[in-house]
Formats: sequence, structure tokens, C-alpha cells
Amino acid sequence: MTGAAPSKLISMRQAIAEHVPSASSILMGAELEQMIPFSAGHEMIRQGRRDLTLVGPISDILFDQMIGAGCVARVMAAWVGNASSGVGYCFRRAVEKAIPNAIETVDYTNFTMAMALHAAALGVPFLPTYAALGSDLLKSNVNLREFTSPVNEDRLIAVRALHPDVAIVPVQRADTFGNSHLWGNLGVAIDGARASRKVIVVAEEIVPPDVIASDPNRTLIPGFLVAAVVHEPWGAHPAPVQGYYGRDHAFFAEYHEQSRKLEDFERWLDHWVLKVPSRADYLKQLGDNRVGALKVHEHALSAPADFGF
Amino acid sequence: MVAAAAREIRDGELVFVGMRLPMIAFALAKRTHAPRATGLFENGIIRDTPVATLLYTMGDPPNLFKATFCGDMISVMSLLQQGRVNVGFLGAAEVDRFGNLNTTWGRRNGQAVRLPGSGGACDIACLSQRTVVILAHDPQRLVARVGHITSPGNGDGGPWRLAQGLPARSGPSAIITTMGVLRFGEGGEAFLASIHAGISVDEVLSKTGWPLRVAEDLEVTPEPSEGELSVIREIDPNHFWTKT
Repeated sequence: MTGAAPSKLISMRQAIAEHVPSASSILMGAELEQMIPFSAGHEMIRQGRRDLTLVGPISDILFDQMIGAGCVARVMAAWVGNASSGVGYCFRRAVEKAIPNAIETVDYTNFTMAMALHAAALGVPFLPTYAALGSDLLKSNVNLREFTSPVNEDRLIAVRALHPDVAIVPVQRADTFGNSHLWGNLGVAIDGARASRKVIVVAEEIVPPDVIASDPNRTLIPGFLVAAVVHEPWGAHPAPVQGYYGRDHAFFAEYHEQSRKLEDFERWLDHWVLKVPSRADYLKQLGDNRVGALKVHEHALSAPADFGF
Repeated sequence: MVAAAAREIRDGELVFVGMRLPMIAFALAKRTHAPRATGLFENGIIRDTPVATLLYTMGDPPNLFKATFCGDMISVMSLLQQGRVNVGFLGAAEVDRFGNLNTTWGRRNGQAVRLPGSGGACDIACLSQRTVVILAHDPQRLVARVGHITSPGNGDGGPWRLAQGLPARSGPSAIITTMGVLRFGEGGEAFLASIHAGISVDEVLSKTGWPLRVAEDLEVTPEPSEGELSVIREIDPNHFWTKT
């Protein structure tokens, strides 16, 4: 096909190898509890990344796993833990006891994290907000600084723009150039993609460009921002992808129990990450019953939008 | 506790719904006295209808199904900053006499414990017209002074919030515990406004980490009605969030 956009479709292994070196800052968990790029994080663990800076509003247990695996030097986040079970034990061990290594934490709130990425997406050095005034977060996070409004004397926080090296954004469907359709709660995904120097899209489905062009309102990441497209069905498990699979609540509860003690976590990591070469193998290990139970059983298609003229 | 929390929601209000018990309190209010309340979720969801099933997180697929709006975080949280949100609900590890919340650094057996952090709590506490806190009544949790202000209440009292630059129409409204309901009086300090049935004032005082003032017209919290209880049982049949 002449004039066709070049394909950026590569494997997860290749995407991490090419675009996510050690010491990178990486935005993950941008869609909050939905669509967390677990398979990308697991590949970073397998490839032995070190000194990473993890960026995200909340990350559920993915950040905890990567901290426990020794990949992380710094976390810039609003919340790190296990969304349905509470604390993140690896996060605690790292912060409290430097196990497996000490990490620096830069505490944000969800809104100030969103503002930091929005500022970067807008191409300005900071954005003002009233959120976090009076909070002790201001004492430790140098990217949140009080100032006086030049137009009305109000006290405000200047939230410094944040430009991650790479955003890893799971989407429902993309074409091979990276034009991506995503839906559901979007969190900070759109700003996060624009704020980052590179974007890796992780798609449940690869579709022809005319599927994307049929509904341009749903194209929330234009392909020219995208460095790599990875076709990785079930790449977000145990997090949900609306329209594709549900949240594996039991998996989060099991992780909570199996990460409480260091030696149990090491066994968990071995079993679910280090000895699992690919996402296809991971799904085999998860088993047909569990996968079947998480599949969408009742689809709920939206009404089509008419772009005719 | 969940029923008392739900009653803080008035019909027609915009409600910022935090994780855990607040999600059940909102669903309960919607199905009882506040059918026209609208729920806002920081991940980008706005709902006019209650979810029928138990939510473990606000991003669970049933919370998106038949939502009114799905978008990004800024489109929802900006409503807070505009001052449009009537009430925000939060849980916490620690709350103090002035309603400040700590979810960053806890203490267990004298040792510092790193907790998950703010999430959206600090934003909600800064910017909601009224903030309602839900937590178990325990002297380790209701402390004289939080070790770390993750989410500001009334600081050290008086005009502290205004001095910080926080919006005039904002701040802590109630602390709902397993023993009673605390509200905030002159000077921004919490007092005991109502006790749950079967609980004595002395019990509450002995489980509170500061000399808690008691309202002269102390009330007994109305017990959950049969209707409220049946909705709670329906939403959380296995008592995942509502253990008591």
C-alpha cells in the first residue's frame, strides 16, 4: 500500500529492550485501577532494569512488585499500595528497611500529579492549584512550591511540569502506527502520553486504520506520538480492561498474603514473573478456568456515532 | 457507620467518593434518601445511578458500566477546585482533634510505618465544601496531633485554613467512627455530637487520643433502618468492606 504509515508493531521484549533502559523515568498506571501495564513491568523485571523512576498517580500492586524486584530507585506517585487490600509490603520494606534497596519517594496527590503531566502536555513549566495548600507534602516534594498569584494575591501551589522518559499506556485497540482508541476512565493517560518523551502503546487488539478513522473522537493518542506498538492481549491482568476482561480481585488478595514476608514475595516473583518468559506463558499458568471467568460475559456496545456528511 | 456516613449526603448533591467504605455509603445514599445525588470518582467517572454490585476499587468494570461520564482525572477533579463539590468522603489511618488526616506515615509498636499516601485524599480535603471522614474508633487512630498532615483539616485550629490559602467554603464537616459522630465547632476543634446506640460517652472518651469535648445536646445516632441494612447486605453480602 503506497503512503501507508510504517508499522511500529514489535514484541514486548523488544519494546522494553529498545525504549526502556535502566535509569529511565516511566509513567505507568495512568488509567488508575483500570488497564495497568503489568506485562510491561514484568518484562522490565525479567530484563533486569535498575535505578528506574516510577511515575504514576496510583499503580496498584505493579509498583510494589517492581520495587520488590530491585528495579526502582525513585517513586513519584500519589499512592503506592494494593488498592483492594491496603499496604504494599515491598514498598514498605524498601522505604522502612532499604530492602532490597533504599528508594526515594516523591509524594504527590492525584490532582497535583495530573497537573504536573498536564503542564508538560501543555508545554508550560508549571500550573497553579489550590490543592495541597496546608499539606506536609509541600515539605518534602520540591516540585510543589507555594507562590502568590500575580493577578489576585491568592496563595497557590506551582506544580512543576513532569516529563517522563516513557509512558506505557494500555489501550483497547490501536493500528500498527499507534493511533489508539481507548475508553472508560482515562485517569491521566492522555496528558501522560503527551507529557512523555516516548510512548509505548500496549493494545488488546490491532485493528486496520479505517477502524480508528471511523470514530476519531475515540482516538485519544495520535500515532505520531507513539514509539512502539505492542500487541499483548491480557497485558493488564490482574487489572481490568473495560470490554475485554474484569478485575481479578482474588489475585490482588493472594498477592497481599504472598508479599507480606520477603521470602514469600521472592517465591511469588519467581513463579509469576521470572520463570514466565512471555504473556502467553503467563496466561497458560493462570489457567483456562480463571481466564474464562474473567472474560466479559455480557457485552455492552455503545450506540454508534454518525460521522456521515 | 456506613448508614451514618450515607446520611451526610443530601439529595441532589455532588459527592466525591473515596475508596472503600465511602463507595458503599454513596451507593446506600443513592438507593435511600438521596436518589438525585451525583457521584464523582477521581479516576474520571461520574455516575448518576448507583452500582448494584460490590466495588473493590472505583475502576472496577461495573462502575464504568452505564456511567454518566467517563473522562480524565482533570475533568472530574477540576469540579472540586471550582468549589462545586458539596461533600467529599475519605478514610484515613489517623485523624486528629482538628480533623487533619494522615495516610503517609503511621506508627506501629513505636516504629514508623510507611502508608500508601494521599491518592486523591489531600485534594478532596483541600477543596470539598464539606469533608467527611470514616474510620474505626481507636486511640491509635484518633490522635491529639497527626504525625504528618497528608490531607489538611483545620490545621491547629482557628483561621488556619484561610491562612494557608485554602478556599473559604471548605473543610472538615464530620468524623464518623464505629462509636459515634464527631463534628467541628468554634475554633475548628472536633466534638462528640452523637453516639451510636449501646456505646457510652466514657467508652468514647477512653478510646479517643485527646480530651474530647462532648456536645451539651449529645444525641444517639439513629440506628440503621431495616431498609438501609438490607441495601448494605445486598451491596456487600460477604462483608468485604462492612465487617461490623
